[in-house]
Amino acid sequence: MSDLLDLNAVEARKALIKKSISAVELTTAYLGAAEATAGLNNYVNLTAEHALSMAAESDKRINEGAPGLLEGLPIGVKDLFCTKGVTSTACSNILRGFVPPYESTVTSNLWNAGGVMLGKLNCDEFAMGSGNETSVYGPAINPWQGSDKVDLVPGGSSGGSASAVAARSALMATGTDTGGSIRQPAAFCGVVGLKPTYGRCSRWGIVAFASSLDQAGPFTRNVADNALMMSAMASYDLKDSTSTKIPLQDLMGALDRGVKGLKIGVPREYVMDGMDNEVVNLWEQGQAWLREAGAELVDVSLPHTKYALPAYYIIAPAEASSNLARYDGVRYGTRVDADTLDGMYEATRAAGFGDEVQRRIMIGTYVLSAGYYDAYYLKAQKVRRLIKDDFDTVYQTVDAILTPATPSAAFPVGRKIDDPVTNFLNDVFTVPANLAGLPGIVVPGGLTSNGLPLGLQVLGRPFDEAGLYRVAAVLEDAAGFTFKAARIAGGGS
Amino acid sequence: MSNLVSGRTGDWEVVIGLEVHAQVTSKAKLFSGASASFGAAPNENVSLVDAAMPGMLPVINRECVYQAIRTGLGLKAKINLKSVFDRKNYFYADLPQGYQISQFKDPVVGEGVLRIVLADGSTRDIGIERLHLEQDAGKSMHDQHPSKSYIDLNRTGIALMEIVSRPDMRSSAEAASYVRKLRSILRYLETCDGNMEEGSLRADVNVSVRRPGEPLGTRTETKNLNSLRFIQLAIDHEVVRQIEVLEDGGEIDQETRLFDISTGATRTMRSKEDAHDYRYFPDPDLLPMVVTQDEVDELASCLPELPDDIRDRLIGNYGLSAYDASVITEERETALYYEAASNNADRKLVANWMTVELFGALNKSGQSLTDCLVSPKMLSALVGLISDGTISGRIAKDVFCEMFETGKDAATVVEEKGLKQVSDSDEIEVLIDEVLAANQDKVLEYRSGKDKLFGFFVGQVMKASRGQANPGMVNETLRIKLDVSS
Repeated sequence: MSDLLDLNAVEARKALIKKSISAVELTTAYLGAAEATAGLNNYVNLTAEHALSMAAESDKRINEGAPGLLEGLPIGVKDLFCTKGVTSTACSNILRGFVPPYESTVTSNLWNAGGVMLGKLNCDEFAMGSGNETSVYGPAINPWQGSDKVDLVPGGSSGGSASAVAARSALMATGTDTGGSIRQPAAFCGVVGLKPTYGRCSRWGIVAFASSLDQAGPFTRNVADNALMMSAMASYDLKDSTSTKIPLQDLMGALDRGVKGLKIGVPREYVMDGMDNEVVNLWEQGQAWLREAGAELVDVSLPHTKYALPAYYIIAPAEASSNLARYDGVRYGTRVDADTLDGMYEATRAAGFGDEVQRRIMIGTYVLSAGYYDAYYLKAQKVRRLIKDDFDTVYQTVDAILTPATPSAAFPVGRKIDDPVTNFLNDVFTVPANLAGLPGIVVPGGLTSNGLPLGLQVLGRPFDEAGLYRVAAVLEDAAGFTFKAARIAGGGS
Repeated sequence: MSNLVSGRTGDWEVVIGLEVHAQVTSKAKLFSGASASFGAAPNENVSLVDAAMPGMLPVINRECVYQAIRTGLGLKAKINLKSVFDRKNYFYADLPQGYQISQFKDPVVGEGVLRIVLADGSTRDIGIERLHLEQDAGKSMHDQHPSKSYIDLNRTGIALMEIVSRPDMRSSAEAASYVRKLRSILRYLETCDGNMEEGSLRADVNVSVRRPGEPLGTRTETKNLNSLRFIQLAIDHEVVRQIEVLEDGGEIDQETRLFDISTGATRTMRSKEDAHDYRYFPDPDLLPMVVTQDEVDELASCLPELPDDIRDRLIGNYGLSAYDASVITEERETALYYEAASNNADRKLVANWMTVELFGALNKSGQSLTDCLVSPKMLSALVGLISDGTISGRIAKDVFCEMFETGKDAATVVEEKGLKQVSDSDEIEVLIDEVLAANQDKVLEYRSGKDKLFGFFVGQVMKASRGQANPGMVNETLRIKLDVSS
């Protein structure tokens, strides 16, 4: 069984098409892995029967000689995606038991490419959090452990996705990234995570957090798998007015093109107070790897970086406060009855939403209120414009930007949950890309002295995912990151 | 101003502005593919987007945008090539998203103008401030269950145009005129069916009063009036109420009021203090809506001729009276009917027949023009028979009544009833001779100077001919016979 789990997606695809393994075998191995690592709490709903029947269909298509791009590959799905006939709750009590009669565009694309759905993965409630600790199902756990063997968060909000890929209980997984919710957990769990350019993946059928920032993307074990999965995920979608018609590049073809001649920017504003030395060291190591591979490293300035977090924590809650208004107990999900309509709203939403979600709804409602709109929301939108302008200026001279992924490695479960402001700081390197709509990828770069993974982030030009994969592949090669988490299925090696 | 209202303490000027909600004529809703038709079973026309299911996204229905632009062009308004959809946030059971998608800062249509005709035939231009697109809400039914409310989402998400006037109206009659004219333009353009009973057209009225020459007073807004009569009643009630409050030394509260159909009075719905904070912000699910000048030009080139233009043409080219021209062009169906009926006939005579006989008969029978048995072609033929002297105007009225009842054409009625006008001079002479012979004494009186008796002789001759004698010829021949022989 562990042999099957050893295969990455590209290898598994080859083996499936050669029929040296079957999709049912592969899926069975992953279902077993999910059960074996159930203690990590990264699945909130393992759909074994469904997975096996999809795998059988895949085997049929392989036998018919018509395999899709992801044929037979087992994929975990963040619970934020609506999946037809399968409970989809955004890990919130307010959507407890909600079974959508429709399938999100992104997951439809995956299944149309032959992907096999293993189940739904844990995440922060409505994707609001940086540690997967706000989930109504309890925290997902990072399969990595430091020397003290304390349970660590997998990051968030797509914590279950990162945890499952790192623990080998999913070969690949979907995530969403509103302020770093793919890239930060990828860094914490030592896997590869891409936040595509805003508009690349359709938002249709994904429970909305902040519409102008949300973007779905892939989690995989390595860069090539990531490019493979992304090739199937992305699409222009008439049902999402913000999705793009700009054609997706040849991502797989970009992988071995190297970085010779590319100019890579290193933004001086990303040196933060209180950043771990090990994070700084890895960043410098990353620059050296790229220089050795033939890239030119350029010192660049993104002067409005320090305003990104405050702007983000106005815009995201503002949109969320409105997006979450539909969870009112009238049509679906949790309802707590009361004598009046307003009473029913209050009781339902008080029981349905956790603290973090309520906090953000209140912040968002406040910043949009009459008399505060100009001072907060409008000003934040202006800051957002300036941040976008910063990147546009820099991209006139460089092809991509290299930054650390997170200010530190994964932290213990429960450590920061009571300190929302510190929690917010996790997103400091990732938020600017969401505000500017840019693509960003995180690849594992090395381990801390305590044995925890650290990631490097590459930011690219809008719609240049291929450029990101070029740089990411070189970093992956140079880093030679072959470490495995402590609590992986099939045992460590 | 002639429109002043006198109170106990002097004259007051009434200031009225209207917000009209007009349902866009469109197959599908503003942001979903669900049907926008009226009369379906509850919750039959509801898509996943309308029900605000998790992860659903709005997609603009371009046809609704075009309808708004057509309407803007009809109101001679500025078309904004870039407009923005905003979210208006509030909670209500029949508002699934928890917000209405509307246009707040940047509407699709800017300033325009609407010309109304006053009772004395003069015209007045009422300013249009803006027109924007927005979603309708669903319907709450509170009378279906003792403790629960039922929600019907069929109307949820249907496209509405909110058309906002300037506070340019000075009486309830002007306000009614404005709505009538707006409705007419919408119907000409086929951008809204104007059906007020079905709720396709509803008005919120803003009313204030002030001493002539003084700044605007505090206004109240009375919401959701769905007939011209209610609009007038609500305004009249508000005017009287506000003047009373002010003359008693009170102040008008800026508030939202409701019109109670059963009492004809308005009452407070919510005060300014309870006003919602709608937390408008641009809808991040939708990009700014961009239309090109080419698209606007294309829409403009396909616009039908509008009532004001037709009215000017009827007066200028056909010599119709301002009154007839206004009445005929008020509804598109009427104008089309007129054009068809008068195409090959005496234009003024057809106008006269329409405004007097046809409209009179329709009014009396409660029929509409569309189900009238007399087609334009038939009316044209009837007028033709008058023009060529086949029947007299008097006979024509009887013929028309028969046509209106039975749907038979004029020639058939004339033939069947033997109503053809007698224009044979010999026949008429015989009739006249008989009448004169039978009334020798009256002839003598006439000839001795009692001129007024001429009418008596005409009447007698017409009676003898059972109305069929050509009145012109009767007049002429009588005068010769009576005058020449004296």
